This record gives sequence, C-alpha cells and structure tokens, in this order.
Amino acid sequence: MDAFEQFLKTFFDWKAMGEVVPHLLTVGLPNTLILAVSSGILGCIFGLLLAVMGISRNRVARWIARVYTDVLRGLPAILVILVIGIGMGPVFRIMTGSTNPYPLGILALTLMATAYIGEIFRSGIQSVEKGQLEASRALGFSYSSAMVLVVIPQGIRRVLPALVNQLIHLIKDSSLIYMLGLLTSQREIFRIGNDAAANSGNLSPLVAAGVLYLLMTVPLTHVVNYMDKRMREGKTQKVEPDEAAAIIGKGAKA
Amino acid sequence: MSEFSSGTLTAKNIHLSFGSNHVLRGIDLHVPQGTTASVIGPSGSGKSTLLRVMNRLIEPEQGDILLDGRSVLNDNPDELRRRIGMVFQQFNLFPHKTVLDNVSLALRKIRKMPKDQANAEALAQLDLVGLKHKADARPANLSGGQMQRVAIARALAMKPEVMFFDEATSALDPELVKGILALMTDLAKGGMTMVVVTHEMGFSRNVSDTVTFMDGGVVVESGHPDQIFGAPKTERLQNFLSDVL
Repeated sequence: MDAFEQFLKTFFDWKAMGEVVPHLLTVGLPNTLILAVSSGILGCIFGLLLAVMGISRNRVARWIARVYTDVLRGLPAILVILVIGIGMGPVFRIMTGSTNPYPLGILALTLMATAYIGEIFRSGIQSVEKGQLEASRALGFSYSSAMVLVVIPQGIRRVLPALVNQLIHLIKDSSLIYMLGLLTSQREIFRIGNDAAANSGNLSPLVAAGVLYLLMTVPLTHVVNYMDKRMREGKTQKVEPDEAAAIIGKGAKA
Repeated sequence: MSEFSSGTLTAKNIHLSFGSNHVLRGIDLHVPQGTTASVIGPSGSGKSTLLRVMNRLIEPEQGDILLDGRSVLNDNPDELRRRIGMVFQQFNLFPHKTVLDNVSLALRKIRKMPKDQANAEALAQLDLVGLKHKADARPANLSGGQMQRVAIARALAMKPEVMFFDEATSALDPELVKGILALMTDLAKGGMTMVVVTHEMGFSRNVSDTVTFMDGGVVVESGHPDQIFGAPKTERLQNFLSDVL
C-alpha cells in the first residue's frame, strides 16, 4: 500500500489542491481565457484577411500569404513565443514604454493562430461550389460583393467546427506564455499550478490545473463533434409539387 | 402576360479558346425582342459556354455582343448582367439564405431598395412561381423543382430584359421537368426574350421561335423549329436528332 499512498500523495493531495484552486479560478482562468480568446478573435480577423489574400487574383498577395502561412505553421509554438515575447521586448518597450510581456504573448499566439485560421478559412471558402460565385455574378454582383455576401459566409459556416478546434489549441498553447516571466497577477492556469507544485514539492496543483483545462477543452470537443454531426446530416425533406399555387406555368404545355 | 421590357440580343462572330481548346469558333446568334431562341447540340458543343460569353461571365476573345443594337463589350460587365437573368442546371441558390432572401438579396444590394420594398417585390415574384408559402424556408428544404422555381424568381426579380436558361431541367427528376418547362413556356409567351440551352426537344420544337444547332463550337444549322426538326439539312443535325428523338 505504500506505493499507492505515495501515488495518491503525489498527485491527489487534497490540501495542496484546495490551496491552489482559488488562485486557479480567480487569476489563472481569467488570464488563460484572455490569452486564448483575444488571440482567437484577432487570429480570426487576420486569418480571414490572410485567406482572402491566399485566393486573391493578385500574385503578390497570394505569395505573401503563402510564405507567412508556411513559416508560422512550420515553427514550434514555444520558439515563436520565445522569439516574439523576449526578442520583441526591447522594441515594444521603446515604442510604448511598457515592459509588460503580456501583450507580446498575445501577439505571438495571434501570429500563429492567424496562420492556422487563415488555412482553415481558405479551405472553407474554396470548398464553396463555383456555381455560387457564378450565380451571384450573373445577378450583377461585383466579384468583391459576391465574395462578401455569398461565398465567404458559406465558407466560414463550413469551418466553424475547425475554428472551435483552433480555440482548443489556443487554450492549451496559452500555457507556453509562462516562459515570458509574467507578473503574479498575469499568471495563467499552468503557471499557477506549476508555481504551487514547485513551492509545495507536490504535483497535485498541476493535476488541479489539468482538470481545469479539461473542464474547458472536453466540452468544446463535444461542441465540435455536435456541430460536425449536424452539418453532415443536415435536414432535408421533399415536398412537391407547387404547380397548383403558381400563377404562371399552368396553361402552357411544353 | 406581356409585362416584360425585353430587348434584342445579338452575338456576332464569337470566338473563345481555353488553352489549345477552341471552344467557340465564330458563333452568330440573333434573338429579336420577345422571341425565344433555343440552342441544342451534343455535350461539349459549346452551348453553355456561349451563354456565359453573352453575359460576359467569360469574356470573348473575338466578336461582339449587342443588346438593342448597341455593343455592350465596353460597358461595365456587372451592369450588363443586371439586364440578363440566368438560370442554371444546378439551381445555384444561396443555401445560407432563406428563399425570400435569395430573391431579395440583389434587389436590396444592387437595386438599393429598402428592405420592405425588396421583400414585397420578392414575395410577388415567389407568388408568380407558386412558392410564396416557402418564403421562410431554406433551399435545402426544397425539392429540385421548387429550387429551380426560386432560381427563376430570383432572376426575374431583377426585371431582366433577356433570360438565359442553361439546361434548366437537366438536373430535375423526370416528373418535375414538366412544371419548369410550363413556367418557361409562359415566360416565352409573355414576351420575354429568352435564350434556352436545352436537351428538351419538345420544348425546343413547340415553344421556341428559332432553333440553333451547335456542334464542335460552330453553328451547324439554325432556323425555324419546323425546318430544324422537320427537314434538317445537314447530316450532323440529322444524326443528332436521330440520337435524341
């Protein structure tokens, strides 16, 4: 039983957990959400721009989008966060006078999210049938109006599950911001769990942090599955005919 | 029903290539105001491409397109397409919008109508095709025949001077074809200028004023339906008719 007790004590020390939970909820959770949601929203805005550039008829725009996407998707998250978060620190300080690394963390997460979300949007927009653009143009819409009113909204709808997936990634990746040396009040869930674990010499606070992540990510995963299922199955019913109600098309026989 | 302000459409010596594929090789087509021209021919003969060139969804490499006797090639193509309605084989309704919004979208965004007026206009068009009661439905909840009716209403709502039908019944279940053809027939009789690319030889023979037979990117024969179907001159048309009739 010694081994089992040791195991319990290491991972499920209720006292150590209990002490860290208020911190996790009042400081860690808001910070994690701020990091993930703000970089998610910014990533959507810039990602849409990137997607539109990626399918643009302008070769330079396409090229810029391609290089950006390849580079930012091809690098490990931890490297981007360190390079941007630490490397950009002095530049940021000269520009704003602030030594706060928090905005740089959001910037690094946003840069990566933009690359991933841009690809998600691009694939969604390109999956919209060619006939949609053609029908809009045939009505007299310009290329840009047709894209904005008809094609892009459909593309976005199709990739909503993938976007929620991306939010899950951001929630998890926001933990990497811990490396930037944040103020006590800026610590996110992982950092708080990690600090408490280091102080108490017990891993239970990290387990508590893990549980808190799961409480966010697992329901989101199910949201994704539900959206996927609904989109795949859709709803169709067949009703016909309406000839009876038609004013034209009655007398004539082809 | 002769409420349409229709126009005369002429295509002159249209040439178009996709790479090395010379799709249209000098096409002439004249559709006087208020008449229906049907275009028949085997798949790949360039019929659908011709329609897309005539409303400049695809720009011709050579030749001219005239509406009411005036060349439209130097106009803004968006302006031209507002004057020509088009109905597609695959309907191409906007699936993310309701039936009513499908019809009213262009009225609101292009004609700049206030929402009330655009919706009233759209409802009137839907009523005309028998689908007023489906105004709030989504296209996915309609049958093929209903979708094509909405597509026709969407095109008519813009008060076009000419209507293009690109194999409008080819994707429909057989029992739904008749209703759409009847609708097109009434439009033709109402004085709309129409260009109808079709495999429906009955419609072509009985409703259209002229029939144009295309094959391999050229007009092989064109004339009155009685002549085209009753006394085809060329062997290619004879063979085509014996294949499809």
